[in-house]
Amino acid sequence: MIRKKDKYQERRFVIMGIFVVTAVVLLVKIFILQVVDTSYRQISANSTVRYMTQFPARGTVYDRKNRLLIYNEASYDLMVIPAQVKNLDTNYLCNLLNITKDDFNNRLAKAKKYSRFHPSVFFGQITKEEYGGISDKSYHFHGFYFVNHAVRHYPYSIAAHTLGNIGEVSSKDIENDAYYKSGDLIGKSGIEYYYEKKLRGKKGVKAVVVDVHNREKESFLNGELDTLPVPGCDLVLGLDAELQQYGERLMNGKTGSIVAIEPSTGQILAIVSSPSYDPNALVGRVRGKNYNELLNNEEKPLLNRAASGTYPPGSTFKILNGLIGLQSGVINENSTYICNGPISHPIKCTHNHHSPTSLTEAVENSCNPYFWNVFHDMLNAKTFGGVKNAFDYWYRQVVGFGFGNNFTTDIAFASSGQIPSRNYYDKIYKGIWNEWTVRSLSIGQGEILVTPVQLANYAAAIGNEGFYYPPHLIRAFGDGSPIDSVFTTKITTDIAPEHFKTMKNGMKRVFEGEHGTARGSAIDSISVAGKTGTAQNPHGEDHSIFIAFAPVDNPQIAIAVIVENAGFGSTYAAPIATLMIEKYIRGYVKRTNVERRIMETELK
Amino acid sequence: MRNDAVTFKIDWWIILIYIGLATIGLLTIYAAVFDAEHPAIYDLATSYGRQFLWLTISLAAGMILLLINARFFNNVAYIIYGFAILLLMATLVIGSTVAGSKSWINLGFMSFQPSEFAKFATALALAHYLDKIDRDFNKTRTQLTAYAIVLIPMILVLLQGDAGSALVFSVFLLVFYKEGMSGRILVIGLAAVAIFILTLLTGKTTVIIGIIVICGIILIFTKKRKENFWKIFGIAALVITFSLSVDFIFDNVLKQHQQTRIKIILGLEDDPLGVGYNLRQSKIAIGSGGFCGKGFLHGTMTKYDFVPEHHTDFIFCTIAEEQGFVGVVLLFAVYVTLMIRLVIMANRQRSTFSRIYGYSIASILFFHFFVNIGMTIGLLPVIGIPLPFMSYGGSSLFFFSLMLFVFIKQDANRKDIL
Ligand SMILES: [Zn+2]
Repeated sequence: MIRKKDKYQERRFVIMGIFVVTAVVLLVKIFILQVVDTSYRQISANSTVRYMTQFPARGTVYDRKNRLLIYNEASYDLMVIPAQVKNLDTNYLCNLLNITKDDFNNRLAKAKKYSRFHPSVFFGQITKEEYGGISDKSYHFHGFYFVNHAVRHYPYSIAAHTLGNIGEVSSKDIENDAYYKSGDLIGKSGIEYYYEKKLRGKKGVKAVVVDVHNREKESFLNGELDTLPVPGCDLVLGLDAELQQYGERLMNGKTGSIVAIEPSTGQILAIVSSPSYDPNALVGRVRGKNYNELLNNEEKPLLNRAASGTYPPGSTFKILNGLIGLQSGVINENSTYICNGPISHPIKCTHNHHSPTSLTEAVENSCNPYFWNVFHDMLNAKTFGGVKNAFDYWYRQVVGFGFGNNFTTDIAFASSGQIPSRNYYDKIYKGIWNEWTVRSLSIGQGEILVTPVQLANYAAAIGNEGFYYPPHLIRAFGDGSPIDSVFTTKITTDIAPEHFKTMKNGMKRVFEGEHGTARGSAIDSISVAGKTGTAQNPHGEDHSIFIAFAPVDNPQIAIAVIVENAGFGSTYAAPIATLMIEKYIRGYVKRTNVERRIMETELK
Repeated sequence: MRNDAVTFKIDWWIILIYIGLATIGLLTIYAAVFDAEHPAIYDLATSYGRQFLWLTISLAAGMILLLINARFFNNVAYIIYGFAILLLMATLVIGSTVAGSKSWINLGFMSFQPSEFAKFATALALAHYLDKIDRDFNKTRTQLTAYAIVLIPMILVLLQGDAGSALVFSVFLLVFYKEGMSGRILVIGLAAVAIFILTLLTGKTTVIIGIIVICGIILIFTKKRKENFWKIFGIAALVITFSLSVDFIFDNVLKQHQQTRIKIILGLEDDPLGVGYNLRQSKIAIGSGGFCGKGFLHGTMTKYDFVPEHHTDFIFCTIAEEQGFVGVVLLFAVYVTLMIRLVIMANRQRSTFSRIYGYSIASILFFHFFVNIGMTIGLLPVIGIPLPFMSYGGSSLFFFSLMLFVFIKQDANRKDIL
């Protein structure tokens, strides 16, 4: 070590000065905090501050006629701050809550694991009746307090799959979005799930001084730290609660679905999936138990058949094949084909009618050989230069109607169905296939799978003569913000409008023609166009299918009905569809005998 | 050597203050996390039990240091420094991540922050370097080397993502100033901080317009307008560039949580249950202490409602809540006495090594004291550095003790230098 002169010895005073001045600055600030500012003095040695979450009112949901579909009902959460729990009469609390001591210990351990100092939900979703019996005793329980946390109520008890329900957040939800804390409620299915961010609003917080007796005394700092909860946005759906309820009654005892769409907007008027359940069963603490029961039910009531059930479209698909035939120029409205009835090859005819058959007659009679011939001639048309190229054309037209994976919708967990492509067959048949291989497609069987929502949309597109809006539930937001623009953007098919007029004539004859497959379901004074279908079911009785729209020239409703294991389309699906149409357009149903027969029939 | 007489030359004031602060810290940790199920202060299941153990270890280590030859640390300064740098680099690879920064090394039975050790090593290395006869702060070469000694560990700590601990190294500016660095640099440093805050508060456009207006006014009233024009123009251009780069640094260099914390301090963001929660609870706890405090073990804010950090970085809140302004003043008196005493001791050293080392530890303690308390009262961003000798944490207590006892030993042997 070497001794050198400390040249800047005097600078030590600057350094000491910095130390002292800094300390004084800190002290002044502390003096202001502790002595000058008296607002914090509200908290004495005997009290503390509690930050209580203020849950916002979740948005309510209305139908198209402003009838309430979902509203909030009072409910409470019992919160706990583990570090503040003391002198607890555990047995007393267990008795009040009707829980075992083990359950109590588990709940407390879970809360401690989350935080000793921050509140967490100890016992959630206490109904207002239960709350009445416990709330006045809560001051006994140090470290526990109630917060208001509403649950949902569904006054109509309808559209369980579509409206969906809310439940406690999972740990994954919390991980994905820091907004959520344990015990919060989140949309689990239906529009509750799809519009969660719109519906949930924003939580607020309220700081309260709590005294030594666990009593909330006053607002802390006059509410300076409080933030008000922001209520969620209300939704108006395109649903018609009355029509929905009517549809559910018609489907009573049957398996299947009804989807009704307003063709001019794409809004869904009714969407029934049967068997269904009361959405109120999945509210509150019973949710878990009831959910498991529904989950284990053999009839699968939780499955939303309307949006995620997939079926071959059957003969309803003949309309589309006819349209493609017309558009490609293979046939015109006057083209005829010979029908050899039951001995036709390769697909026989199941109806008895005169031959040769015109296009509209073929629709009226649902003649298989006619549409096989159209399909065959289309795939072999010289203009396409080969069956596979012609098949590509066919595929594009089909997808253009929203089949396959072609539109967005706000129906949660909707399936996209399946339309086989050229590649699909190339893979299966190693490249060697022709029109004979895929002949079932001509009558809507085979590898095609569609959902009832897609079928209803298909009916709407035919009714509109060539365009549709993606089927959707939302009609408007309560805050006036616009709905997603994909729902208001028109999608046009590649088929010329005059071809739709031809097919509409055929579809009218399904009701009005001498041999019409749905002539028994005609409604007086309302012109309806429709098509029956039967989806082959390898596991049992075939599914009954029907699509329709009315009035024919300016459709207000387009509908698809599927009744599983019900045989021909004309037996159940057609009357259900026309009853729905009558109910919607006329407001009431004249054909009460048909209505009664359908409602009373149980197909199991 | 006259090691036998070492006890008579020890500065007992410093020892007394050290033990005093550590005891207050221990009692405060006890009060903050007091748990009726573990009332004994030496119970190792509790944090105060572990802190007590660490205090014992630190004192024992201190005693051993007093027996080591005073020249030893000067001789091995570079070795210790090299070891610290290696350790910092190793942390980047094997370190464990706590609260977003990879700054801890886990040894299984304990974990510690190598940055704590690096502060001590840097003080030693700097003192050793400047101790040589030909070193002079007026020479550029000396200056640049000294800066490098500090910047290398600082950058490594910054790479770990621990901006708080990295900032501590900036306090060596005080030591440089003491050893001859121009006072202007100190002023420029402070001005840079001011512009940084102003830019974030008012936006870069306002700052730039303000600078242009001020320079314009100066130009109008200045006498030798032509001579000074380029000078003022240059300064204005520099400041504007700096202000623009602040925007860039803030958005691209600082981590999300650091940005948020700074924004909350500056009142640009409100987040009652998020990052702002600690700070607000801290202010409420301090404020609710009032003039006289609530009494030992009677603090409710820090006991019930507070964040888990109330015995580590936020330990000052517990003291302020339970002991009130009176207690705070006494605590400040003890800390300021410690820092002033260290400056007086540094000043009386004959060896350059001891002097510079003394100023270094005084400055480091000052920085920790200032920033830690500044953050609890909302004067500075919450960057999470401990209050020396008091915050809970074994490695922090141990290295602060080590740092202090090395100086006590140097001071005890100051007369050995001829
Ligand atoms: Zn036929």
